[in-house]
Amino acid sequence: MNAEQKILTRDLGPENLHRIDVYLQNGGYRAVKKALTHCQPGPILEEIKKSGLRGRGGAGFPTGLKWSFVPQETDTGKYLCVNADEGEPGTFKDRFILGHLPHLLIEGVIIASYAVGIPTAYVYIRGEYETLARRLELAIDEAYEKGFLGKDILKSGFDLDLFVHRGAGAYICGEETALLESLEGKRGYPRLKPPFPAKVGLFQKPTVINNIETLANVAPIILYGADWFLSRGLPNEGGTRLFGVSGAVTKPGLYELPVGTGLREIIFTHAGGLKPGRKLKAVIPGGMSAPLLKADEIDIKMDADSVAAVGSMLGSAAIIVIDDRTPILTVLKKIARFYAHESCGQCTPCRLGSAWILKTVDRMAGGEGEPGDIDALARLAANIQGRSLCPLGEAESLSVLSIAHKFRDELEDSLKNRAIIQE
Amino acid sequence: MSRAFSLALKQKIDETLARYPEKRAALLPVLHLVQNETGFISAEDERTVAALLDIKPIMVREVVTFYTMFNQKPPGRFHIRVCTNLSCSLAGGEKMVDYLKTRLGLQPGQTTPDGKFTLTEVECLGGCDQAPCLMVNFDHFGNLDRDKIERLLESLK
Repeated sequence: MNAEQKILTRDLGPENLHRIDVYLQNGGYRAVKKALTHCQPGPILEEIKKSGLRGRGGAGFPTGLKWSFVPQETDTGKYLCVNADEGEPGTFKDRFILGHLPHLLIEGVIIASYAVGIPTAYVYIRGEYETLARRLELAIDEAYEKGFLGKDILKSGFDLDLFVHRGAGAYICGEETALLESLEGKRGYPRLKPPFPAKVGLFQKPTVINNIETLANVAPIILYGADWFLSRGLPNEGGTRLFGVSGAVTKPGLYELPVGTGLREIIFTHAGGLKPGRKLKAVIPGGMSAPLLKADEIDIKMDADSVAAVGSMLGSAAIIVIDDRTPILTVLKKIARFYAHESCGQCTPCRLGSAWILKTVDRMAGGEGEPGDIDALARLAANIQGRSLCPLGEAESLSVLSIAHKFRDELEDSLKNRAIIQE
Repeated sequence: MSRAFSLALKQKIDETLARYPEKRAALLPVLHLVQNETGFISAEDERTVAALLDIKPIMVREVVTFYTMFNQKPPGRFHIRVCTNLSCSLAGGEKMVDYLKTRLGLQPGQTTPDGKFTLTEVECLGGCDQAPCLMVNFDHFGNLDRDKIERLLESLK
């Protein structure tokens, strides 16, 4: 992909782009100036809708549509929450944006808030990113000093306050309603939906919750237009994704590529392919929540619809590559441990299901598995499906089922041989 | 043991409270501030925070125990969190934990008797492109091997 096609990583040349002076010298805040001094909120919303921008956090919901669900009247209070609670295993794009492009994020926050009529925004950052939270706070202070935040921004009559809120180590808070609970000072227990946050969100007020990568795309769309954005992706899903490739590749890293780039091309061309002599076994295409694909299932386009069509999920576009040296039982064990640890404990199917799945997998990995264990796993996973309060239980269920079905032969072999998985 | 919050801490807490329409919403940031100052959150701290935020002590307790980053007892001066999730594991994350266990004489969750190191196994730290990775307090280190860990331990004085 040539540099002209990139959106988020195109201007990364200058050092210290995270400082506002450097950012301004390189054309920063032009989108905010254009939006607040030349555009009404309505046309901005329409432009975002037209761009086909979809959420970058996992669910892939159309961003413009999400904004339009929030009631227009402004006197009752509304909020914008930025989801930077990066925790989906395999994902490291938010770290990149916070480290290099905090002002691009702030621009997106300002434009989104202006378009929806929101006076207060919070960025929820995972607790472990303390140094990045401080970097963003510095950028926010700079934006206040230059008059891009606060009262009557650029004499437009629009006011906006922006605050950083750090989490404290709970994966579940990346789920949007758990994030709201956490922001309100409570445990991260997901809420029942409906009501949806667009109507009843933070402090019971209408709330927009967007992923940080989603908002980082807003300023370029406003500056260069929806057609420009669409020309980089697919007709129904515009732009690029920050594909994070990790695991058994020779060049792990973050690759900004058009939505719809082939999964095989990403792994073998951009990320350098596998080490000599190794064979591809499986790929997780969208963070640990996405069901596994087998080696012969990777000739797909990486856009939300195409990955869903093969029974998985584009999710956070985090690609974890697994080669033939890794027993599938190791992967299963990591997945089982992760969900048993991160289940918030609120609903029974997920709390108990994840615990029993881990017990069963631990027994198998200890060489003590029974012949019926694979079916037992599939039953446990199927009993979570459709019964958990939030997508966490659902994600574990689908991942475990994908392994039980697609790698059944290998699991049977390890049971027969009483294979022990070392940790 | 009871300990009073310093004036500086109280000032920071007041600034934090001003960011939210409800006092309770400041709970996580306030607990971070308390922990930054003292290393952990004691039962006494929980009651003090509850009073400052006009909430019941149980509301603080349930949050302190829900989130893994709040320490209920003093951690070592250097808290080493090693990722053993999938991407780090594929790159040898468990071997790094085993090495640190032997080197420091600790099981995950424990602190050295001199109070210098705490070792914890954690889920994904968002450093998968530099697997295996770990954090020491709030600093990230990636592309680890035994030599790098040895040099890192040496630098932690």
